[in-house]
Parts: sequence; C-alpha cells; structure tokens
Amino acid sequence: MKFLLKHIAIAFIISAGLLISACGSGGSGNSGALNKTAAEKVFVAPGEWDSHYAFVSGGFSGQLAVYGIPSGRLFKVIPVFSVDAEKAWGFNEETKPMLTTSHGFIPWDDSHHPDISQTKGELDGRWVFINANNTPRIARISLETFETEEIIEIPNSAGNHSSSFVTENTEYVVAGTRFSIPIPQRDMSIKEYKGNFKAALSFLKVDPETGHMNIDFQILMPGFDYDLSHPGRGKSHGWFFFSTYNTEEANTLLEVNASQNDKDFIAAINWKKAQEYVKAGKFKTMSAKYTHNIYENSTHSATSKMETSVRVLDASKLPGLVYLMPTPKSPHGCDVDPTGEYIVGSGKLSASLTVHSFTKMQQAIKDKNFDGEAYGIPILKFDATLAGTVQQPGLGPLHTEFDGRGNAYTTFFISSEVVKWKLGTWEVLDRKPTYYSVGHLMIPGGNSGKPFGKYMIAMNKITKDRYLPTGPEVCQSAQLFDISGDKMELLLDFPTVGEPHYAAGIPAEKIIKRSKKFFKLEENKHPYSVTSEAETKVVRDGKNVHIYMTMIRSHFSPDNIEGIKVGDRVYFHVTNLEQDYDVPHGLGVIGAKTSELLIMPGQTETMVWEPKKPGVWPFYCTDFCSALHQEMQGYIRVSPRNSKVKLSWSLDGE
Amino acid sequence: MKQFIYGTLLLSVFLFIACGSDDSAKKGAKAGGNNSGLTDFQLKNGIGPITAKLTLGEIDVAKVKKGADLFVQKCSPCHKLDKRLVGPALRYVSFRRTPEYILNMILNPTGMVKDHPEARKVLGEYLSPMTDMHLTPDQAKEILEYIRSVGKEGKENNIPEVPLFRSSAK
Repeated sequence: MKFLLKHIAIAFIISAGLLISACGSGGSGNSGALNKTAAEKVFVAPGEWDSHYAFVSGGFSGQLAVYGIPSGRLFKVIPVFSVDAEKAWGFNEETKPMLTTSHGFIPWDDSHHPDISQTKGELDGRWVFINANNTPRIARISLETFETEEIIEIPNSAGNHSSSFVTENTEYVVAGTRFSIPIPQRDMSIKEYKGNFKAALSFLKVDPETGHMNIDFQILMPGFDYDLSHPGRGKSHGWFFFSTYNTEEANTLLEVNASQNDKDFIAAINWKKAQEYVKAGKFKTMSAKYTHNIYENSTHSATSKMETSVRVLDASKLPGLVYLMPTPKSPHGCDVDPTGEYIVGSGKLSASLTVHSFTKMQQAIKDKNFDGEAYGIPILKFDATLAGTVQQPGLGPLHTEFDGRGNAYTTFFISSEVVKWKLGTWEVLDRKPTYYSVGHLMIPGGNSGKPFGKYMIAMNKITKDRYLPTGPEVCQSAQLFDISGDKMELLLDFPTVGEPHYAAGIPAEKIIKRSKKFFKLEENKHPYSVTSEAETKVVRDGKNVHIYMTMIRSHFSPDNIEGIKVGDRVYFHVTNLEQDYDVPHGLGVIGAKTSELLIMPGQTETMVWEPKKPGVWPFYCTDFCSALHQEMQGYIRVSPRNSKVKLSWSLDGE
Repeated sequence: MKQFIYGTLLLSVFLFIACGSDDSAKKGAKAGGNNSGLTDFQLKNGIGPITAKLTLGEIDVAKVKKGADLFVQKCSPCHKLDKRLVGPALRYVSFRRTPEYILNMILNPTGMVKDHPEARKVLGEYLSPMTDMHLTPDQAKEILEYIRSVGKEGKENNIPEVPLFRSSAK
C-alpha cells in the first residue's frame, strides 16, 4: 500500500507537469520576455501578422524588398529601377516611361538607401524613397499600393550615393554625388581633375499632398567624393550633413591616393540659408537635361517629361551656406542622433569614432573659429566641434543607428561586429559578432526623432558558410537582433534579395490601415480601358490593331479574334473587371517578345505583340485565378498580309 | 510499475480534458435549430447587410433602367438571362429566391459562399465563386428591380446548357 501511494504521488507530480506544458503550449507568450527563446521571439504563427515592415534595398538588383519582422518572411519585391518580367515593370506600355532617362531607356540600376517619409520628425508611413546609384535617380514608392509612383533623374551627379534621406517634415529628399565630374559635362583631360571637377548636392522638394518631387536647387561643391548624408533634426533641423572622402582630389588609384589626408570633412549644409539665397535670386540657372517620370493610379500609366534646367547655388561664393568639420580618415557613415545634437562620423580607416556636437558647431561658426578654408568654404577647427570620441571600439566603422534611449549602435566591417555605445559618455556597452562583414544596420525609425528601439537588423555582405551552398554565388543576408535589453541578442538570420545596402523599418500599424485592396473601375481613366464586356472591341488603325479586352474569372472577352495579319502591331489593352481583393489575372501570348501582364483588379495594362507567322495562336491567363483558371484561354488568328479575312471578335459565339 | 504507468496516464487524461474543455464549449454555442448554425431568417434570406424583410412595391421603372445598365457592367461577364454561363441564368431567380436573398448574394458573395448552405450548393455546381463587385446597397436594389422586371416563373433546369460541340449549320 505504501508502495502504491508513493507511486500515485509520483504519477500526480508527473501529470501536473504534463498539464502545465500541455496547457501552456498554446499560450500567447505571457511567460515573460526573459524566458523566451530566440525561436519564440521570431515565431509568427501561421495566419498571424508580423509587427513591423522592413523595406530592404536590393542593391545591384535595383529593387526594394518587403519583409516582415520579426519573422524575416519576404512578402514582395517592389520593382523600382530594374525591369521585372513577373510584374511587367518596364515591359508593358504603361511602365516603360518610368525607366526612361536622359540616356534613353535603362533596364537596370543599383538601389541603395530607402528612407520613409516623416511628419514632425516621426515616420508617417506614406512613402519610401530610394536612390539609383549608377544613373542618378530618386524614386518615390507609395505605401498604399506598394508600387513605384515617381522617378526623377538627378543632373550634374554621378554615383548618386549620399542619397535619398528625408528631412523631418519631408520638406526635402536629398541626393548627393559620390563621384565628382566636370559640371557641366564636357570633353577634358582626366588629369585636370583637381580644381576643375565639381560635385552637386541636390535638394528635391516634396509636395506634401501628392508627394511629387522637384529639384528645388543644387549646391555646387568642391570636387570631393560625397559618401553619405543625414538630415539635422530637432535643434539641428534646417541643416544637412554629408561625409566626404578624397579631399585629396585624386583621380587614379583612389585606394591609396584618396587615403593620404589625416582628416577629410563632414560638410554641414545650412539648407534654410540656401532657401534664402534662392529667394534672393543668388542662384545660377544651368541648362541640364533630366527626366521626371510619374505613374498615375487613375490612368494606370506613366508619363516621362524632359526637364531642361536646374537652379545652382555656388558654395564657394555664398557665405554661411556650408561649413566643413574635419573628421578623421575617410568617413563613410554620417549619422545624426534622435535629438539632433550629435553627428557621428565613422572614419573607415580610423580605429575610433568621431562625434561632433551641433551646439559646439554653432558656437565655432559664431566665433569664426576657423582652420583655413577649402575653395572659399570655411573649415572649422577640429577641437571646436568635437563632442567626443568612442575609443577603439572595433575595426572599420561604417554606420550608426540609435534606439531612442541614449544608445548608439555602430557596425564594423573589418571586425564583423555591431558595437553598442552610450551617447555622451562614449563608453562601449556591448558588442556582438555578425556573419560576416556587416555594412549598414537598421533600427525601425532609426533615421528619425523617434526610433522604435526593439529590433535592430544588421546587413551583411558575406555569408560563406551560413546557408546551404548555391554554387559560387551565395546570398547576402540580414541578421535580426533584439535590442530591448542591456545586451543585444541575435534572433534570426535571413537571406536577402541582391545586396542589402540599407533598410527602412516601421511598425506595421502605420501602414496596414491604408493599404489598397483594388482599384475602382469607375476611377479607371486609362485611355484604352473598357469597364464592361459590352464595350470590348477590336479596332484597326493601319498596321496597328488595338484590342480592348476584359478579364474576369475565368474568361477573356473577346477570346476569339480573327483578321490579324502578319506584320501587324497588336496592342492587347486588358482591363481586369474584378472588384475584389487578391484577384489578379495575367496574360501570356505565344511568341510575344516581352513579359506577361499581371493586372490587378480594376487595372488596365497593355502588351504589344507582333506576329511573324500565319496561324492560330493561343493566349492564356498566367495567374491561377479560380477553379476554372485552366479554361481561361483564347485564340488569335493571324493571316498572311494579303489575306481578305475580316477583323472579327467574339466571346461564346456572340 | 504497471500501476504507476496507468495511474500517470489516467491522471494525465483527466487533467487534459479539464484544460481542453473550454474550447469545445465555444464551438457548441453557435449551434441553433439546424446544422448550419444559421437562423431561419438567414436560411431563407441569406447572410449579409439585409437582416430584415423588405417591403417591395410595384416595380420602379426608373430603377429598372439604372439596374439594366449596371447588369451589363457588373453582372453580364458571368450571368445571362437565358443562358447558363459562369453562373446561373437569372431570368427565373426572382421567383426562386427572396429579394433579400438576392441582395445579400450581390452584396456579400464571399460570406454567402463561405457560410450559406444554398450558396455553397450552387458553388458546388458552378465551381467559380461569385465575385464581389463592391456595389452599394442602392446599386444592388437597382439590379434587383431589373431582375424582377425581366423575371418569369419557371425552372432554370429547363434552360438548355450550351452544347459542347456546335455544328457550323447551327
């Protein structure tokens, strides 16, 4: 009996243990953050939503990827500067103008630094801006449609790298030039670089209602390389800071010749002063050709306009416009803390981080505490603006973001780590390795007055052994850290699209309310749209044939077309009649030398098809739309040029 | 040892049931007088924004005109009056269904197809779920007036299906 009792007691204890684990497994995480494992922190249950969006630049893919955080799930790749056959971006007639530049149609670029629009120093979730590095352009992407709505080319620029960062009310999105060039461009000897090549820093005004961008003015600067930039905020609102290297003005073997000077500069631009100079007419109007491309949701089409001039302010001739702050060893990152007081310069070849004080900078300007000048621009004394130095935190510092609790996080490329340090005391608080060679890092809202300091994402250039091998080319990656505690905690690795140069993050609730579900047919102003099957038709205009076609689950109207001839140029103008969420249809036509169309509900898109051979050629829906998707198909009859077959079209014999 | 294992199992099962019972109670609460969990009104008149019987007067000619245009725009890609197409022919529908059911089907097709046994049955036959055209209640009423105006009593089954092969002579 005693034996039995003992066993019942043990059994009860074990059962109670089972009960706790059984009932707790479905619990909603009330066990306390401290007890959670990394897996629990990134687990978003099937059907549940992530708490944050991350917009991660695609680097040499030219696009912008949308991820959920903390899961690291990829939702969408938004085509921006490169053609995308999946979404017909740059392939259909409606979006070709978006990729038009002063150099003609360009199918690719290198996208770098996404930045989300702000109101009163906080992320407002309306638009994300991103720069094309190679053929200088800035794009604006709507966070209602998650589509690129505008691309403007930047004249007098080359290597559009210190871009596209916004001021605290999105007054401006700013684009700097990494490479200096002859301005205006002309045929001259490369050896005459020094003193003759110049740089232009562009300030693009953003319309607060439509988001439309226009180059308000450019500031003409000495021929250095302008690497990165960030806006002043709070007390330093009205200023913009650019890091520079190659103040040596070398034009060959820069890895040696641009690393000679002990200090380069952070250029402080007083853009409110620039506005005054523009108002006073102190600018020069330069002729410059650059395209301004706008996609309208009402017409579902883009237009490209060639602009012809730009207003230029010469920094060498306009006092009070620009000051130079000496900063050791080719600074890369140029980051401003949430209060606007500290400007962090990461000298890539320096072992220490240099932090400037905005308050001290203003005092030094007032006291004329100068250490000479460069091309007429005052150089402030190094000690006069220095707030402090983070001593030897790591090797190869690149970028810094802030958590809003007085801490800064800096990436170190060479020593592959993120270092957390304290603003004001400059002491190192924590360090965590990254895998490997981290470039940028991102804290949601990190470039604003109000960061959301829960997560930090480090973006790595090299992944080597971190994933299953995929041949010589392997992915680059992002690593998610929890930064809510004293120490950073690595939660998750996830691969990225192209090279993740930078990212912008935002709490999901700031976006999901306004996310568009479909386009209203009544608002469709596409010149070739038809809003009912009764209006569908085929119209011949010489060798051009326009098919006004509709699609709805699960047929095209018309789906039988005859009277097309070899040598015709056939335009499929296709309207998706659906008015419901998540019902796109696609169109593929045999032999079409272009991509599919992928048409959202209420939208119209156009494919051009030039049949070369007589025959009866099928077309079909490419996006699995319904149970009868496989039945969504049609035929188009192509006759010889001299044929007498009349143009006709039908659906179900009607 | 055996006693020990049985004892553990028994207690575990007992405790497990105790903690799991909450969930099953929730599911039971929805069941009403029929298996679908719908009220009698919903069974006859559909699920959606129309939740009470409407009083319909004489057919409103002005509404019929608007309804006819809307029918061409929004319905005809899938519905004809006298021919089975993607969805059922609609000449006879106002005699088969209540006006409230028709309105709910137009205004809430996704919910109807998901939760209403009749709508599910029709989906089983036609396979394409009815699409939500996001019409306003007024627009739906105009379409209803049009359908009433062209309505006839009869059976939809009498409408011949489109033959699989058509001879060129017809």
